[in-house]
Amino acid sequence: MSNSERPNQLFRNLNAKVASIPMILTALVVFVGGTAWTVLYSFTNSKLLPRLNFVGLDQYYRLWATPRWLVSIENLLIYGVIALVFSLVIGFVLAALLDQKIRFEDTFRTIFLYPFALSFIVTGLVWQWLLNPDFGIQRVVRDLGWTSFSFDPLYNSSIVIYGISIAALWQGTGLIMCLMLAGLRGIDEDIWKAARVDGIPMWKTYLFIVIPMMRPVFITTLVIIAAGIVKVYDLVVAQTSGGPGIASEVPAKYVYDYMFFAQNLGQGFAASTMMLLSVVIVIVPWAYLEFGGKKRG
Amino acid sequence: MRYKFLTAAFAATVALNFAGPAGATDLEVTHWWTSGGEAAAVAELAKAFDATGNHWVDGAIAGSGGTARPIMISRITGGDPMGATQFNHGRQAEELVQAGLMRDLTDLATKDKWTEIVRPKSLLDSCTIDGKIYCVPVNIHSWQWLWLSNEAFQKAGVPMPKDWNEFVAAAPALEKAGIIPLAVGGQPWQASGAFDVLLAAVGGTDAFLKVYKEKDAKFAGGPEIAKVFKAADDARKMAKNTNVQDWNQATNLVITGKAGGQIMGDWAQGEFQVAGKTAGKDYACLPGLGLNEVIATGGDAFYFPLLKDADKSKAQEVLAETLLDPKTQVAFNLKKGSLPVRGDVDLNTANDCMKKGLAILAKGAVIPWTDQLLSQDSQKQKEDLFSEFFAKPDMTLEEAQKRFAGIIASAD
Repeated sequence: MSNSERPNQLFRNLNAKVASIPMILTALVVFVGGTAWTVLYSFTNSKLLPRLNFVGLDQYYRLWATPRWLVSIENLLIYGVIALVFSLVIGFVLAALLDQKIRFEDTFRTIFLYPFALSFIVTGLVWQWLLNPDFGIQRVVRDLGWTSFSFDPLYNSSIVIYGISIAALWQGTGLIMCLMLAGLRGIDEDIWKAARVDGIPMWKTYLFIVIPMMRPVFITTLVIIAAGIVKVYDLVVAQTSGGPGIASEVPAKYVYDYMFFAQNLGQGFAASTMMLLSVVIVIVPWAYLEFGGKKRG
Repeated sequence: MRYKFLTAAFAATVALNFAGPAGATDLEVTHWWTSGGEAAAVAELAKAFDATGNHWVDGAIAGSGGTARPIMISRITGGDPMGATQFNHGRQAEELVQAGLMRDLTDLATKDKWTEIVRPKSLLDSCTIDGKIYCVPVNIHSWQWLWLSNEAFQKAGVPMPKDWNEFVAAAPALEKAGIIPLAVGGQPWQASGAFDVLLAAVGGTDAFLKVYKEKDAKFAGGPEIAKVFKAADDARKMAKNTNVQDWNQATNLVITGKAGGQIMGDWAQGEFQVAGKTAGKDYACLPGLGLNEVIATGGDAFYFPLLKDADKSKAQEVLAETLLDPKTQVAFNLKKGSLPVRGDVDLNTANDCMKKGLAILAKGAVIPWTDQLLSQDSQKQKEDLFSEFFAKPDMTLEEAQKRFAGIIASAD
């Protein structure tokens, strides 16, 4: 009988399959199930407790008519562009400089990476003090004699998001630098030698040979930075609590505030569904190009 | 400050654990009373409850009500209810009651004649849902106070104002002397609360009720409320240099004479007391901003989740009775700086400002507060609007009023 000779596919590697059941369940129930549940309830008028009382797209209409949500989205875009561009550029430049076989490399690496050991809450508090006009940088410069010097980003609605971005860059760039450095170290010495023999200037070697070779590292880095951007919450809470006014609000804070403070689950779910949607819109085309392309090729 | 409190709370909990008589029923009580004066007030409640032979297990949650309420609610909805919990009476616990998670206290209330002893009546009304009573009010906190610093006005060389209009007129002189006329901290609820106070004071009691109780959006967008927005604009200009976040930091500006005044609830009085200031000499208080002497009857209440344990349910009843006991009411409210919920208790030791409040209460000039009239959702939208309004000098009055009317139109 063919069945006894060739056991059912389902029972091959049974141990491995049994062992992975908890993770599969977690993924299905917690991630997929939780997401589906959230999306479903975002179409209801649930207040403090979830209730299946459908109101169609009302929560979404309200969301997109709320000035605070629009400010949050705008802030996330500004913060995202700054965090992405500057942490990549600064991280790569620092890594390239460290890669020049300088002395005390370990010391520098430790110094640059150190802020990453602090949580966003601590980072936020430190920078709240540094940027406070009465105690921080502005005060120090004024005490040195420049009495008209003014630097108070956290108290100025139009630039507060940049004040938050500075703190985020200070905290996160060290990690990006380390990832880049690891990538640079992975480049074969012979490539450098070949480039030197051909008389290619160093900056050109970096730009046209090394960076294209570091593509996998860049993609990993990009995913790490992007995930950090969308979920930014604690930094804002610690630094400004969304103020002055609503000038530094971010989407994650909107979700939290409306779910728990305003006791309006439906509105919070609608906002979190929009966050998910924005991530999906970015990820899906990229994943398609990245993985779909490979299978064909 | 916070560590000091935590240590104190911890010490209190430990002490209580040892003090509890054997065989007593433990009842966990959660609340967010965490500043120095508040912790002392809670200790009075715990003492009174322990004296009944039961045992108060203190469940203080650090942070403000905004932080504590989600924790309490998720414990109740998540099937791990505490014995009793604080909420601001009004609509914060409305849905928990509707979902059948809270205990109906009507029998106890009828037995002890709560309807006769609790004053003003509106307090018990906001504990009542569908004709049944679900909470025990413990104090009255009112928002309608303007706190003024004598020192600041002396420095500026202008007489102490007697109402809001005089205060606004004195603002240029204060500014000239390098004093912030009005301190408004950056927390959203402060801006929103200040507006509500202005609405009741400048617009009057009827306007206040028409907007928040009847939710008349057309009226909220009309000329009478435009006057209130004009006053809010004055407040915004007077407050523009306040670079602090927390309400007690803003109060501290008034205490130290760096700011002329602050619109804040009567809990600010605790800060003046801790700083060793005397009412009438170092600081003055104007209830209803001196324009419309009313008091809003917001405050705190205890709710009792429905428990299966018969012993604990019994202890809940004892606690409810203890909270309304005249002796407990006096001891608790003196420490808390709030007004008692029953009119038949003696508060001789109250200071000038508290006495002013008691007199207004005795006259019956009370209004319900927004916690009782609006859902948390509408409150939050209002906070978003007014924190933006106060932080953004270029936001026009027309735009702000239009958005305000929009919130009222969709309010529930």
